[in-house]
Amino acid sequence: MIRLIDIQKSYDNGTKALKGVSMRIDDGEFVFLVGPSGSGKSTIIKLITAEVAPIAGRLMVNGYNLNNIRPRQVPYMRRTLGVIFQDFRLIEKKTVRENLTFAMRAVGASPREIRKRIPYVLDLVGLDRKGDCRPNELSGGEQQRVAIARALVNNPQMIIADEPTGNLDPTRSLEIMMLLERINELGTTVLVVTHERELVDRFTKRVVAIENGRIISDETGGYYNNEATI
Amino acid sequence: MKQRYNFGYFFSEGLHSIFTHGFMSFAAVCMIICCLLIMGSFTLVAVNASSMFHSLEQENQFTAYIEDTLTQEEARGLQDDIEAIPNVARAEFVTKEEAQADFEADYEGNPLFESLPAEVYRDRFHIYLDDISQLAQTEQAVDDVAGVAWTKSAPEIAEGFVVIRNIASAVAIILVVILLLVSLFIIANTIKLATFNRREEIAIMKMCGATNAFVRWPFVFEGLILGLLGAVIAFFLEWGIYTLVGSAISTSDTIALVTVLPFGPMAWPVLGIFAATGLVIGVGGSSLAIRKFLQV
Repeated sequence: MIRLIDIQKSYDNGTKALKGVSMRIDDGEFVFLVGPSGSGKSTIIKLITAEVAPIAGRLMVNGYNLNNIRPRQVPYMRRTLGVIFQDFRLIEKKTVRENLTFAMRAVGASPREIRKRIPYVLDLVGLDRKGDCRPNELSGGEQQRVAIARALVNNPQMIIADEPTGNLDPTRSLEIMMLLERINELGTTVLVVTHERELVDRFTKRVVAIENGRIISDETGGYYNNEATI
Repeated sequence: MKQRYNFGYFFSEGLHSIFTHGFMSFAAVCMIICCLLIMGSFTLVAVNASSMFHSLEQENQFTAYIEDTLTQEEARGLQDDIEAIPNVARAEFVTKEEAQADFEADYEGNPLFESLPAEVYRDRFHIYLDDISQLAQTEQAVDDVAGVAWTKSAPEIAEGFVVIRNIASAVAIILVVILLLVSLFIIANTIKLATFNRREEIAIMKMCGATNAFVRWPFVFEGLILGLLGAVIAFFLEWGIYTLVGSAISTSDTIALVTVLPFGPMAWPVLGIFAATGLVIGVGGSSLAIRKFLQV
């Protein structure tokens, strides 16, 4: 579960990224976070992943109070999250399987756990035959599936996808979104940050719209219908 | 999932990344070799210079003149008393007749010193010291021996030796420390360049929940392996260069007076120092380099 209570965030250059944002995401939810560039979406992601700290307000992520979290606890908090990026961020020199192994090794998984978990996750994302390929041998959609598999491989409570379809064509985008929906149905909370109106409109999910550092709408079953925010 | 520290894994990751980032590894090893060679060569020159100074110091001596009331046998008998004094390496007895012969040989053909009467010469000891900086105290102790009339030394020469030796030692220490710091800086920057190429990997690991220690250890092992590899290669190169230069000096007509110490007895200490320095600059450099990238 994630709770943001009256969160404010300014950067050193004086930019006020968030001006009192309150939001709650319960376990098992699927949430779209939408808004124009510079509206504060990325700052919310950075706050949740503890890359930056708020200047005011309270922030809870999966049982961790990020207002007074110790630096040594941050890695353990991050293990409850799986993060997916627009540019995939795969290690080009490693195969698909090695990319997943790398992520599991990073949290101290044993070779036995790795051998057991990776085939399951590759099967879940439909890449069970691509384990030995390198990222540059895969299409954009397949690379994003690898990124999703990597986010899932440590069995996080929540997946955070930052513009996951930004580099994909509409068909692949839809496939990725359906995959995320399936992951959500299996019990993982999903937060998707996106610009893609049509994609959001195809799913009847909760949509949180943010603009100028403030939440302007939060409707379960809502859609991305505010022209001004596109 | 519980954090496990598998040092075998860290070692294999460090070793693996040396090969996957071959060029940067090669650059880092070359830098370590260059730094160690410069530092090692300078240190060996300093060791040889120190050895030569020590030899020259041991050639330095002062003279103790014996009371002319003592017979030659009585005078010779003072040798044990003089050699028992701390810092006296040895004492050579010179009879008044030998002294006269030496003097006349030195000033042969000079009418001013011809036909000096024999009674102006005394039996004497040439006294050699272990540590020339203790000349004044030792000379005083010899002067206090019953039967010694007076002593004569050249303290300005001794002081000159001491000053030169102290300056040479201080310069050597300062230069070695500077070279060590420069080496550490260069290695840290070389490894930082290598690490910069892998900041994406580090960021991914951190985002997956890796602890700083987990991210750092493979880099530490990588630095350790590169440092040791550079040290071993530098050692053999140093050995080869030293032997070549040494043999060139010993066969040279112009600088054959310079004595070069053999490398053999110094080999283990040099290898130990190179290995330790390689470890320090490898591990220290990689630890310094990675610090910035851990702040994600």
